[in-house]
Amino acid sequence: MREAVIEIKELYKSFGDNHVLRGVDLELYKGENLVVLGKSGSGKSVLIKILVQLLKQDSGYIKILGQDISKLDLKSLNKLRLRIGFAFQASALYDSMTVKENMEFPLTRNIKNLSRKEIDYKIERLLDSVGLPKTINQMPSELSGGQKKRIGVARTLILNPEIMFYDEPTAGLDPITCIDINNLINQVREEYKTSSIVITHDLTCAKDTGDRMAVLVEGQFKAVGSFGEVFEEATDPNIKSFYDYNFMR
Amino acid sequence: MEDNRPIISNKTDDFFRGLADAFAFVKRFFQEVWFPPYEFKEILRQCYEIGYRSLPLISLTGFIIGIVFTNQSRPSLAEFGATSWLPALISIAIVRALGPLVTALIASGKVGSSIGAEIGSMKVTEQIDAMEVSAINPFKYLVVTRTLATTFMIPVLVMYTDFVALIGAFLNVNQNELVSLSTFFVQVFEAISFLDVFSSVIKSLVFGFTIGIVGCYKGYNSTKGTEGVGKAANSAVVMSMFLIFIEELLALQIVNAIRYS
Ligand SMILES: Nc1ncnc2c1ncn2[C@@H]1O[C@H](COP(=O)(O)OP(=O)(O)O)[C@@H](O)[C@H]1O
Ligand SMILES: [Mg+2]
Repeated sequence: MREAVIEIKELYKSFGDNHVLRGVDLELYKGENLVVLGKSGSGKSVLIKILVQLLKQDSGYIKILGQDISKLDLKSLNKLRLRIGFAFQASALYDSMTVKENMEFPLTRNIKNLSRKEIDYKIERLLDSVGLPKTINQMPSELSGGQKKRIGVARTLILNPEIMFYDEPTAGLDPITCIDINNLINQVREEYKTSSIVITHDLTCAKDTGDRMAVLVEGQFKAVGSFGEVFEEATDPNIKSFYDYNFMR
Repeated sequence: MEDNRPIISNKTDDFFRGLADAFAFVKRFFQEVWFPPYEFKEILRQCYEIGYRSLPLISLTGFIIGIVFTNQSRPSLAEFGATSWLPALISIAIVRALGPLVTALIASGKVGSSIGAEIGSMKVTEQIDAMEVSAINPFKYLVVTRTLATTFMIPVLVMYTDFVALIGAFLNVNQNELVSLSTFFVQVFEAISFLDVFSSVIKSLVFGFTIGIVGCYKGYNSTKGTEGVGKAANSAVVMSMFLIFIEELLALQIVNAIRYS
């Protein structure tokens, strides 16, 4: 049995009459990239937001890195959050701060007693590893969409997370930049030994970055497995249409 | 199954839910303001922004109000041959009512709307979520700092407005009644009492708090999309102006009760 870093059982979440998650079961294994696919509005973002408790579940069991998250107080929750990196769909760079200040903000607020030299070294090393050392003094508004995504990833990596969530990392990017981002996701796994959930509705991204696929249909995971298992042998019309849309155009 | 029937009617329910929400927001401010981290740097930065943003407009408006109000009051006093009372009349009007009110209304427009828009856009672009998941308390970093900054800065700006308006008034009086600067200000300070200044400062603190907390509240609760941000900014202005007038009326009642007791 492989070690699971995240275990989700019977997870439910509704917004009024909108029943978004209806009994989600899922595991994320150590060291893997799990791709979560699903139509727009199917609840992919809601799922990972619940995992970091930006949203509260209605019911269900969630265990992350050995801790039952419904039993955590704010302090322990925050400690757990620091072990998880969250790359937001819109990058979520603080637009009143430079790239450098963006990277420094989570670092200096959570780790006290770092020297100026250590901070600068960490920032420079991360910017190098996402390939954007020259942007250090730029404002987010001066960056392209792909650059913002990279900085967003670098900013979450600065606290050395064990788990990474990528919310639609390639959405709204041109195909070439998509390939760059896919490579970055794989590179992050190599360098930082992270386990990741990659949310996408782009099958190229899924194929390039994922070890396993999980397809969210009507509030539940309908198919979980390798790319081949899920798509090439798909019989469910919801999943088939996904494949056809991406590759048969 | 969930029961989705309204308690009174959907609209009334929403109104009271909104009210409860707003109260919870204010309550959270008073719970969090006492504990570290205090974010002094961010508070100072906000104070500077507030002053910088509103000074030009406040200077101009204060000055013009001083001139216009003096000019418009003159004929009524002249009827009784009492134009020598102009400095006293004007200073009371400015310190008690015009200064705080004008400053607060301008700051609602300039500062309140920009706080609403800034926090609103941080909300819809997930910057607030990003803070939360990196274990930073966004309420503290954004709401507490901005609200404290407006609470401290509005009284300062009010004193400045009072001063500029009095200068405007002096120029007008000096031209028409040939009163010197020192005579003018002696008359001004004779007319205003400690209670006037004290109540004006307290009132300004309340106005400042209102502008900050309303801007933050509207931004924090803005809905997705760019029009959500615009709406947040707009309703921050409308709401804080409305509240400022209500507070002005309440303050008037309270101060009068003290003054004539
Ligand atoms: N904070 C919220 N309040 C109300 N409804 C929400 C909220 N967040 C998401 N939803 C709803 O949940 C559904 C799933 O949203 P989401 O997870 O963002 O979809 P996606 O799979 O595209 O990421 C949508 O119908 C959305 O309107
Ligand atoms: Mg989404």
